Amino acid sequence: MEQKQWIWSLYVLLLLVGVVTVFMLSLGMGEIPIRIGDLPHILSEKDSVEYGVLAYIRIPRTLLGLTIGGSLSLAGTILQGIYRNPLVEPYTLGISGGASLGITFAIVAGIHLINILFLPLAGFIGAFATIFLVYTLSLGKGGLSINRMLLIGVMISFIASSLMMFLMSITSTDNVHGIIFWMMGSLNEPNNTLITVMVILSLFCLILSYLFVMPLNALRLGEEKAKHLGFNANSVVRVLFIITSLLTGACIAVAGIIGFVGLVIPHIVRLWVGTDYRILLITSFLSGGIFLILCDVMARTIISPNELPIGVITGILGGILFILLLSRSRRKEVS
Amino acid sequence: MISFLDIQNLSCGYSSGFRVHDINLSLDEGSFAGIIGPNGSGKTTLFRGISGTLPLKEGHILLDGADLSKLTWREKAQKLAIVSQFSETAELSVEEYVLMGRLPYRRQFQFFDRKEDIEIAHHYMHLTNTYRLRNKSMTELSGGEQQMANIACALSQHPRLLLLDEPTSHLDITHQIRFMNLIQRLNEEMKLSVMMIIHDLSLAAEYCDFLLMMKEGTPFCQGTPEEVITYEHIESVYDTVVIVKTNPVSGKPVVFPVSEQRLKNGKR
Repeated sequence: MEQKQWIWSLYVLLLLVGVVTVFMLSLGMGEIPIRIGDLPHILSEKDSVEYGVLAYIRIPRTLLGLTIGGSLSLAGTILQGIYRNPLVEPYTLGISGGASLGITFAIVAGIHLINILFLPLAGFIGAFATIFLVYTLSLGKGGLSINRMLLIGVMISFIASSLMMFLMSITSTDNVHGIIFWMMGSLNEPNNTLITVMVILSLFCLILSYLFVMPLNALRLGEEKAKHLGFNANSVVRVLFIITSLLTGACIAVAGIIGFVGLVIPHIVRLWVGTDYRILLITSFLSGGIFLILCDVMARTIISPNELPIGVITGILGGILFILLLSRSRRKEVS
Repeated sequence: MISFLDIQNLSCGYSSGFRVHDINLSLDEGSFAGIIGPNGSGKTTLFRGISGTLPLKEGHILLDGADLSKLTWREKAQKLAIVSQFSETAELSVEEYVLMGRLPYRRQFQFFDRKEDIEIAHHYMHLTNTYRLRNKSMTELSGGEQQMANIACALSQHPRLLLLDEPTSHLDITHQIRFMNLIQRLNEEMKLSVMMIIHDLSLAAEYCDFLLMMKEGTPFCQGTPEEVITYEHIESVYDTVVIVKTNPVSGKPVVFPVSEQRLKNGKR
C-alpha cells in the first residue's frame, strides 16, 4: 500500500512536469516566436513588444487553457462516476447546450453589461437546470437507463440550440455577432476578471470534489451499494451535480462550447491510473489542462496567421473516440 | 425483553403498488434465518425495507435496541451489511473491492488506507479464499468467486447482522455447499446473525435454524424448519405438489419434486 502512494505521487509529478513543458511550448509558439531561454530576460523588460505579447496575450491564454481543460475533464470524470458510464460528459448530456442557452439569454437580455460575472452565473443556471432535467427524466422504472439519458441529452441540445436561434433572430445585429463569436469556442478572452474567476473557481471545485472522493469510489458499485457502505448517495449526487454545473457553466461562459474534452481525457486517464477517484480526479484535471493547451497550440498554428476554433479540434478527436467507445460497448453487450 | 432483531408490524413498498405488510419477526443474536417464498412474494422488498433503501410506511425495526430508521447511513453500515444478487461490472481489483467494506469506518479527512483496515480486509480475503485473486479485476472472476469477494467486503464492515439476497442461486452444488458451510461457520464462530433469502428449500431446511415463509407480500408462517417445511405449506404457498421426507443424517426436512406425468400415472 505504501507502494501505491509512491506510484500516485509519481503520476502527479509526471503530469506536473508535463504541464510546465506544454506551458512553455504554448508561450513560445505564435506569430512572434519566443525562445524559452529568453523568458526571464523578456519578463524583466516591461517595455518590449515581447513582454506585451506574453503578459497580455499568451500567459492569460495558456492559463485559461489549463484551467478550462482541467475543469471540463474534471466535470466529465465526476459525471461518469455518478452515471457509471464512460460515454457521459457535459457535452453528450446536453449540459453544455443548457449552459449556452442560459448565456445567450443573458447576452440578449443585456445583463452581462451590468456585471460580467452574470455570464458564468447564467451558464451555471442553464447547466444545473439541464443536469437536473436529464437525471429526473432518465430515471425510468428500472433505474437509470443510459440510452434514454444520452437521447434526452441530444434532444435537450437540439431544443437549446433552437431556442438560441430564436433569441438570436429577435435581438440586435451587434448581439448576434457577439454570440456567434463566443459560440465558436476560443481561449482568446480579453476580460481579466473572467480569467481570474475561472482560475479560482476551477481550483476551488477541484478541492471541493476531493471532499467527495470516497463517496465517488463507493458509487462505482452503484447507488444502492454506496448507501449500504454508509454514504447518503442522494445528497452526494446532488452536491456533485452542483460542482459539475459550476465548472461547465463557467467554462462555456468564458470559452464557448468546447466539446468532448470531458470524454477523451477521463477515458485515457482511467486506462492509465485505474478507477480509484483519489488519483483519478487530480490526474484528469492536469491531463485535461495539458490536452487543451496542446489543442490550442494546434488551433493557433495550423492555418496561421488565422486561427481555428478550438472546439473544431477537440470535436473531431473526441467524436471519433466516442464512436469507437460506443461500438465497443455494443460488442460487449452482444457477447 | 427486546430481542436482537425486532421487526414490528412492518409495511413498505413501491409507488407502483406492490408492498409487503404485516411483517412481525424477532430473532436472537447468532441466529441463522432463511426467508423463503415464491418469486414476487416480497422477499427482496422486505430486505430493502430492512436495509433502508425503501422507506417504511409503517412499523419499525429495532436492531440491538436501536431504531434503524433513526440511524445515519454510516451508522447503519457499521451494524448491517448486505450482499445482493447482482454481478459486479465495475473495473476494480478484488483487493480494492474488499477494502471498500472499511469505508464506514474511515475518518473525516483520511486520504490513504490505514494499516489496520488493510489487515482486516486481508483477513477476510484469506477466510473466503479470495486472497489469491487480490490483483485480479472483479469482472474477470467467476460468479462463485465474485460472491466470495462480496462476502469478504460485507464482513470487512464488521456487521452485527448480515443480509444475503439469494447468494447461491447462480452457483453449482460444490460452490453452493462451500458457501453455505462458510456462512454456517461464521454464524457459529463469530456469533454473526445471518438472514438469507434462499430458493432451495432443502438447502434452507438443512442450514437455517429459523424460516420465514412469505406469500403475496405477507408472512405465511414462520418457525423452525420442521414446522415450516411441510408439504401442506409448500402446496398452498407454491401451488406445487411435492413430497417432504427427512434427511437421514441431519434429521431435517428435504423437499422432493414430483413431475406432472408421474402424478397422472399415479406410480409410486
